[in-house]
Amino acid sequence: MKKPDPSIQPEMTSVHENEGISRRDFFSLAWKSLGIVAALELIGSASFFLFSGKRKPKTGTGQLLEAGPVDSFGMNTVTAFLGGRFFLARQQDGGFIAISLRCTHLGCAISWEESRKRFICPCHSSAFDITGEVRNPPAAKALSYYPVLIENGIVKVDVGTLVERNTFRKDQLTYAQ
Amino acid sequence: MRTLFLHLHPSKVNEASLRLNRTFGLGGMAALLLVLQVFTGILLRFYYVPSPAEAYDSILFLKNRVLFGPFIRNIHHWSGVFLLLIAFFHFLRVFFTGAYRNERRINWLFGLLLLMLIVLTNFTGYLLPWDQLAYWAITVGTTLIGYFPFFGNALKTMIIGGKELNAATLQSFFTFHTAVLPLLLILFVIYHFWRVRKAGGVMVPDVQEQKKMVPVMPDLVFRELIAALVVLAVIFAFSAIFNAPLLGKANPAYSMNPTKAPWYFAGVQELLMHFHPFFAAFVIPFSVLLFLAWIPFLHFNEAPNGVWFISETGKSTAGATAVFALIVTLSGIFFNAWVVNFEILLPGIPAVISNGIFPLLILIAMMAGYYKLYIKPRKLTKPELVQVMFVFIMVSFIILTITGIFFRGRDMDLVMPWNS
Repeated sequence: MKKPDPSIQPEMTSVHENEGISRRDFFSLAWKSLGIVAALELIGSASFFLFSGKRKPKTGTGQLLEAGPVDSFGMNTVTAFLGGRFFLARQQDGGFIAISLRCTHLGCAISWEESRKRFICPCHSSAFDITGEVRNPPAAKALSYYPVLIENGIVKVDVGTLVERNTFRKDQLTYAQ
Repeated sequence: MRTLFLHLHPSKVNEASLRLNRTFGLGGMAALLLVLQVFTGILLRFYYVPSPAEAYDSILFLKNRVLFGPFIRNIHHWSGVFLLLIAFFHFLRVFFTGAYRNERRINWLFGLLLLMLIVLTNFTGYLLPWDQLAYWAITVGTTLIGYFPFFGNALKTMIIGGKELNAATLQSFFTFHTAVLPLLLILFVIYHFWRVRKAGGVMVPDVQEQKKMVPVMPDLVFRELIAALVVLAVIFAFSAIFNAPLLGKANPAYSMNPTKAPWYFAGVQELLMHFHPFFAAFVIPFSVLLFLAWIPFLHFNEAPNGVWFISETGKSTAGATAVFALIVTLSGIFFNAWVVNFEILLPGIPAVISNGIFPLLILIAMMAGYYKLYIKPRKLTKPELVQVMFVFIMVSFIILTITGIFFRGRDMDLVMPWNS
């Protein structure tokens, strides 16, 4: 800021002093703003870097696991497919459902107990029936499932799509034609 | 170099601060263990491979074919345990000597942050062996995050990088554990130490008549050296005798019975036996954290600085509350295990209410009763009241943690530790 010239009237110099911004302050503000922009760019590019590049999981969407011919599964039976992380359960009326082996309470792997006709979780003893419906707490939701397709008499399971649900409904079953 | 060191380490100290029972040197021990962890961690990194296919085998190689392999691994494991314990005791000491007031308030918050960073470092490290213990403990731990309201599921999927633990999870946990978190820890520890200097050094009672400053060499430095040597000796002896755990290779299709969270989450896990996950994993832990962060900002004028438990009344009420917390926690555990489980008793009502709001209300009623009958007649000052609250929370938490670690066995039934 220029030192006010003593020969100039005070009113005129005060008008100049109150207007605008000093050179120092202007550059200081400019550098800070550019710094903030640079920081945002850095965070932005780092975020894009980290969250893009979706790794294709081993079981990609639409990847079908062939379980076997329809008639090889008896009514009211459960067959384990641990590699696909599911149990293939065939109901009394012939409907198929591929039940995820993850307990809905805290994620432990359940097992099928034929004698009690229940899926039992080893962590807190939650129990589910052959449709995946909750029968014993602490789990509160029915087991999730993978969609089943039946093509040319072969049962196929879409292991890339996990469907979560609260309770069992009949339309979640798949029937052979 | 000398001036950098002297910014963090004083050149003269108040003679009154040298007494062991001011701080027990706990903060310093924690810093030492952090350095030890970085050192042993770097050594381990020369052998460990962060991929599900190779992680477990790289650890077997380290155990069986590398000279001092088991020793270095054990040091890293036990230092991780001791670091968290010592940091926790340091946190308790700071609270009970009132060293969180006035100019130390912000440092209290940074201390809480450090405690959480240490827990996160422990958690990310726990997964790395990719054995059954690691895989299922972290599965349970991350599933708990899914119970947070609104963003819980999205957060969980982001952390895991998918629906179940996979190679991406291991890779990101490894990066956090060996790069991001150590960096943050070191930066914040330095800042934490600097703030202590800024506040005039460790807290001493202000009843001292005259402040006598003595040079740190030899009075402080020798004490620090001896303390460091003792800590190292204890850690090394422990590591020479006890092995870090390693079970079979991770099997995503087979959960162990029992499946337990890492020991520092055993308290939350035990809470899960009695409350719906929304309360046990979110409401209660976050409320406690909020309370802890808020403590220094409640207005205190009346408490003397640096006096353990504030006063005689403070001491007696703290002790009584510890006993009360013990009774309440233990009776709650036994009641749920042997008498009734609300979820089973009231199946019609949603579990969040029957096993969440309902027991919480009972707990609050008990605390209100205790306050009315015992605390109120004694006319406690505000700091003493906060202390009572703090003692209740901490004692309950410790009881829950001990129960969760030692007294839960197969099917998560209550057992004696020697029977499990």
